[in-house]
Amino acid sequence: MKKILILGGGTGGTIMCNKLRNVLDREEWDITVVDQFKTHYYQPGFLFIPFGIYNKNDVIKPKSDFFPPGVNVIYSKIELIEGEKNQVKLANGQILKYDYMIIATGTETSPDETPGLKDKLWYKEIFDFYTIEGALALREFFKTWEGGKLVLNIAELPFKCPVAPLEFVFLADAYFHGLGMRDKVDITYVTPLPGAFTKPRATKMLSGLMEEKNIKVIPEFYLEHVDNDAKKIVSYDGQEVPFDVLTIIPVNKGNDVMERSGLGDDLNFVPTDKYTLRSEKFENVFVLGDAANLPTSKAGAVVHFGAEVLFENLMSAIEGRPLLAKFDGHANCYIETGFGKGSIIDFNYDTEPLPGSFPLPGVGPFGLLQNTRFNHYGKVIFRWVYWHILLRGKEMPISNEMSMAGKKL
Amino acid sequence: MATKNIAGVNVDVNEEGYLTDPSQWTKEVAAEIAKEEGIELTDKHFEVLNYLRDENEKGNVLTIRKVGKSGITDIKGLYTLFPGGPLKKSSKIAGIPKPTSCV
Repeated sequence: MKKILILGGGTGGTIMCNKLRNVLDREEWDITVVDQFKTHYYQPGFLFIPFGIYNKNDVIKPKSDFFPPGVNVIYSKIELIEGEKNQVKLANGQILKYDYMIIATGTETSPDETPGLKDKLWYKEIFDFYTIEGALALREFFKTWEGGKLVLNIAELPFKCPVAPLEFVFLADAYFHGLGMRDKVDITYVTPLPGAFTKPRATKMLSGLMEEKNIKVIPEFYLEHVDNDAKKIVSYDGQEVPFDVLTIIPVNKGNDVMERSGLGDDLNFVPTDKYTLRSEKFENVFVLGDAANLPTSKAGAVVHFGAEVLFENLMSAIEGRPLLAKFDGHANCYIETGFGKGSIIDFNYDTEPLPGSFPLPGVGPFGLLQNTRFNHYGKVIFRWVYWHILLRGKEMPISNEMSMAGKKL
Repeated sequence: MATKNIAGVNVDVNEEGYLTDPSQWTKEVAAEIAKEEGIELTDKHFEVLNYLRDENEKGNVLTIRKVGKSGITDIKGLYTLFPGGPLKKSSKIAGIPKPTSCV
């Protein structure tokens, strides 16, 4: 019996389980997935929780609902990856051998990396919304908040879902408008980037929206520590921004098993060939999604598109053929902009987000880099698509390779 | 892309003044670019620049955090050496491409 081991049963690991079990002979191939947690979170939904749009039950389902029959599922922490021996040690003492391995352990927030962040104001006046706990705590806080300075800060690059902080401030603007207290809330977006986003055209469009919504942007701010007593964030070059409530995107890191196993870079992300998605260290190891050090967004869409390429290349490797499928870094993100509207960006390693229509050239129905009602519906419908189509590894009517058709240069 | 004469050397630069060929870099070129940025280079500066050039040659992606862990200087020190966008300025002076932030 040959063995495929999948580390991580999140978006990427689940998609791969479904794809591989569909095609690999059960008499010949054993597929095992390992994850430390039993709950699958619909992470794009966390953003909506602080504003009371979604509740906890909207974003959780048991992981086991999405693993196909014929896959061994082990719930355990991973102690050590021993690539030279083609084996993985689990925290429960079990040793798993593999012929091929897929690392899909994702990225995590590490508030401990920033002095003063996880201190006395943590979950009292400082919150993250990248964890269910943080999102729910912020929901409770907003229920009785009477206004003041709302500061959003991104601590470090890269971070998961790069548009979420933008969506957060847009939704906050709409939320406090709805409560009739927008004039009492001062919203500031503090980022280490040179502007609202990285690439020129998206930055221009998004900066316009920020201005329109009266949200102040402070760029080039690299967080050093949080001063809990004075309630301000302080950068390495001494800039200070005071807050009444701080929403933080903490430093993102890969799983610490990478550090123990000598497989990660300085932030525990796994060095990966950006085209083939194969580990740079081991020929029989592939890396999917946020866990990899790819120069593209850490986001579900990237995992979904990357999964197609990884699947093809893994099949090629199994059959001894060259790895011909090439990942282009394709990312596609809905951006909620508040008041029932949204925008979409579509880009890859080489092409910045451009205006146009998507996915059908000239038709849409979605408008790239435009602020429309239909784009918002896309985001609303996506939760259903995620649970029912994407995780099951089924075909979606969007190519994994980015297309220039419909884009305007 | 344009050719620019810096410290008596003809180097290829992009529209933002970053060298497009790191092999054209000399210490004199560095000093000249640094001067334009208002920085007087010391030995410590050159330690950082050499580190950046080595990492770039190895194909490693550079971040402020990574330089801060290099053992040459910490992040605060890097900001003191290259005030305002430290990685962008030090990369420009080191003759390597502008760091890209991938989000």
